[in-house]
Amino acid sequence: MERGQLIKAMESRLGTEGVVHEREQLRSYECDGLMNYRVIPDLVVLPETAEHVQQIVRICYEEGIPFVARGSGTGLSGGALPVESGVLIVLSRMRKILEVDIPNQRIVVEPGVINIWVSQEVAGEGYYYAPDPASQVVSSIGGNLAENSGGVHCLKYGFTTNHVMGAEVVLADGSLVHIGGGKAPDAPGYELLGALVGSEGTLGIATKITLRLLRKPEAVGTLLAAFSDTEAAGDAVSAIIGGGIVPAAIEMMDALCIEAVETAVHPGFPEAEAILIVELDGPEAEVEDQFQRTIKACEEANASEIRIAEDDAERALFWKGRKAAFAAMGRISNDYYVQDSVVPRTELGAVLKRINQLGEEYGMRVANVFHAGDGNLHPLVLYNNDNPGEAEKAEALAGDIVFTCLEHGGSLTGEHGIGEDKKKYMPKMFTEDDMATMQLLRCAFDPHNLCNPGKIFPTPRLCGERPGPFRMHPVQKAGLAENF
Amino acid sequence: METRTKNVSLEDLQEIVGEEHAREAAPEDAVDGVAPSFVAEPGSIEETSRLMRLANDEGLRVAPRGGGTKMGWGNPPRELDLILSTARMNEVIEHVPGDQVVRVQAGLNLETLQERLGRSDQMLAIDPPEKDAGATVGGVVAANSSGPRRYRYGTVRDLIIGITVVLPDGTIAKAGGKVVKNVAGYDLGKLFTGSLGTLGVMASCNFRLHPRPEAARTVAVELNDTLAAGQAAQALMHSQVFASALELHWSEDARLLTVLIEGISKGVDAQADTTSYLLRGFGEVRTLSDEEADHLGPLTPPGAGNDEVAIKIAHPPAELTGVLDSALGAAERKGVTPRITGHAGAGVTYVALSGGEEEARAQVVEELREIWVRRGGSVVVRQAPVPVKKRLDAWGPAGDYLGLTRRVKEKFDPRGVLNPGRFLGGI
Repeated sequence: MERGQLIKAMESRLGTEGVVHEREQLRSYECDGLMNYRVIPDLVVLPETAEHVQQIVRICYEEGIPFVARGSGTGLSGGALPVESGVLIVLSRMRKILEVDIPNQRIVVEPGVINIWVSQEVAGEGYYYAPDPASQVVSSIGGNLAENSGGVHCLKYGFTTNHVMGAEVVLADGSLVHIGGGKAPDAPGYELLGALVGSEGTLGIATKITLRLLRKPEAVGTLLAAFSDTEAAGDAVSAIIGGGIVPAAIEMMDALCIEAVETAVHPGFPEAEAILIVELDGPEAEVEDQFQRTIKACEEANASEIRIAEDDAERALFWKGRKAAFAAMGRISNDYYVQDSVVPRTELGAVLKRINQLGEEYGMRVANVFHAGDGNLHPLVLYNNDNPGEAEKAEALAGDIVFTCLEHGGSLTGEHGIGEDKKKYMPKMFTEDDMATMQLLRCAFDPHNLCNPGKIFPTPRLCGERPGPFRMHPVQKAGLAENF
Repeated sequence: METRTKNVSLEDLQEIVGEEHAREAAPEDAVDGVAPSFVAEPGSIEETSRLMRLANDEGLRVAPRGGGTKMGWGNPPRELDLILSTARMNEVIEHVPGDQVVRVQAGLNLETLQERLGRSDQMLAIDPPEKDAGATVGGVVAANSSGPRRYRYGTVRDLIIGITVVLPDGTIAKAGGKVVKNVAGYDLGKLFTGSLGTLGVMASCNFRLHPRPEAARTVAVELNDTLAAGQAAQALMHSQVFASALELHWSEDARLLTVLIEGISKGVDAQADTTSYLLRGFGEVRTLSDEEADHLGPLTPPGAGNDEVAIKIAHPPAELTGVLDSALGAAERKGVTPRITGHAGAGVTYVALSGGEEEARAQVVEELREIWVRRGGSVVVRQAPVPVKKRLDAWGPAGDYLGLTRRVKEKFDPRGVLNPGRFLGGI
């Protein structure tokens, strides 16, 4: 099908306002939150219903055109990077909250619904939605599902995958399936929902998502502790968790990060080599007791200052400082390159030390802001793109940081995803057999490799199908056979 | 005369696992009346891989087995040649208390693991009823078995962070890792959870751990009727009490909703008071002694080891009263005796049916399936005499995802080596 025909076919189903094909307009979709990869898609479509999505995907399937789904485009691994000569399916017009079911503690939403809207919708009932990525005021639930987004509170409450209970999904052949029980638990069959969440848009497109709602905790306690070195802060983290406390969040920022945040949003953080923000929540008596133990652990780790949030406003200020960290980097550096590796908590000290050494060896600044409780680092390599060769050097340094984390038993990514950005590192963490086995799943969902192709895996696996653009068998096309 | 199945002799298996670790099958090795020829116990992942490659090449039908506590789950296999026992793969590979993570071989006994973790004041927050009967970690994962504490900690899928499997063709593959937060690659640990040994043989699993609570108390309310059961459960669910379990017991002896509260002792006291206050409108409230709480056994597996028909109804939790009414009503009309336990907060209700005609028990299941599948739930047969199971299909109807489910099976096990027929839709 020629491009002109394809545009007409899409417009006949979505209306002219649902199809973007002018080159200048297409340019605004060329990247997601990771701006060093850019591809201009052939066409952008903006469906309003699951049926639209099915129609779009069916055309792509029949014509062998690759497609990529995208929510708000805030991803940090290039997961929603368009494919050349492909269709970009933007789900931001599907943003209705379909059902709030407090008795069953569920909410049903369309994929374009913004993360924070969910908690806002049910706040009056005393409920909230736990996963809270730093992007939560703009990122969509569909995108969160694709990436298995985390957030500062996932240490205690888990990630997106622990809160998605059901999904209606358009598969790569345009068929619609409902997986996960939704309101009832333990749907018989394979745990397809667990496989879908975090598959970075490569297994299908969720068009309706059932989420679990949590009752707001009775009490919340938040403190900020300053330390004269990162190792002491790390000791405090170990002491808190080793003492049997599961905090809602423990976040760490280093001096460079504190400086940037102070310049940008003025949270009034103390001057220190490292600060921890620790939040505890739950039943009042328990929080009170554990809060005292947490203060003691910080004191014993020689905290130079401990501030306790006296009210919600002060708590919000602590978190404003933390959540602004990435954006604030612009105040101290032209550009930055961020990694998202994870290390076992007990390796934190050693890994941070090595990151400092690497920064010195490369002669570059590395700022650290991270989820200390679960060992999820976000080292920000600062550089200036105007200086020739610096971007490459920053990427090389970031790569060395990743390898350090893997050597210490960690993972390539805790919440940002592999996407386009880290697929080259996959063979460092997984064997060929590991990746081939993972791709068996992909072959079951998307045998013709049309759904967000080229992401996650450095080399795609053929699924025993004929290579080249897919052509539907005439018998199948006539509806006389199904492609199982 | 030498026993041969297809082209495989006992010696072929012994050559892989050692003479003392492969034998001819005994009558008790049968799965739902289908007798295998051999039992083999590989001692390593490499031996498991060689066994599976042999089975795959020669067309042997294989049922993986851990503690053997759930071999009656699912449908009877269509065919069975070999039981692959993970019993010898029973080591803790790595436990770093500071990381609250453990890596274990699949054949490790769950209770042994808990004892070991208890020394560091930690636990794996999975407490299925068969834990005391010798269940292994791999078996619990494969069956997606859960217990009362799922209310607070979730189920296997929420706690498994990594897995190593052997595919039918012998391929050894891993996914996930040993850090809790990890989104690198597909989450095969979740895919294998509940797959009942139909995709591959699990060799090892990694889990997230939790601190062992310092104190615990069980508060119970005596229920007058099914309406009170539903309302009491809702009152707890929408409160700010952070309970570990919310369990229902409904039999001739007891009609109770129990609330397990765990944590530090000061917190437990305060929450137990709140719980008592919340429940007082639904019946007489009391604190159970440890002995009574144990005896009540949220942990008694309904229907284990007898000719009861036991089902698991998964339903929206707010429909608890309706579930109870439908089960009690159907049982009464058919003249059978129901015994009910359930994870009231999670929407899981187990009904064990005894007495009456076998036919009548099957009809009760059919009636409940009709109702609860239509309402978005499922009714899975957990235990039944083989003829009843054959008639009912253990899993019931599958949704529109059955085609996808079949494609997953075909990709992982194209020759249908593993547990043929035991899973959903005859997979």
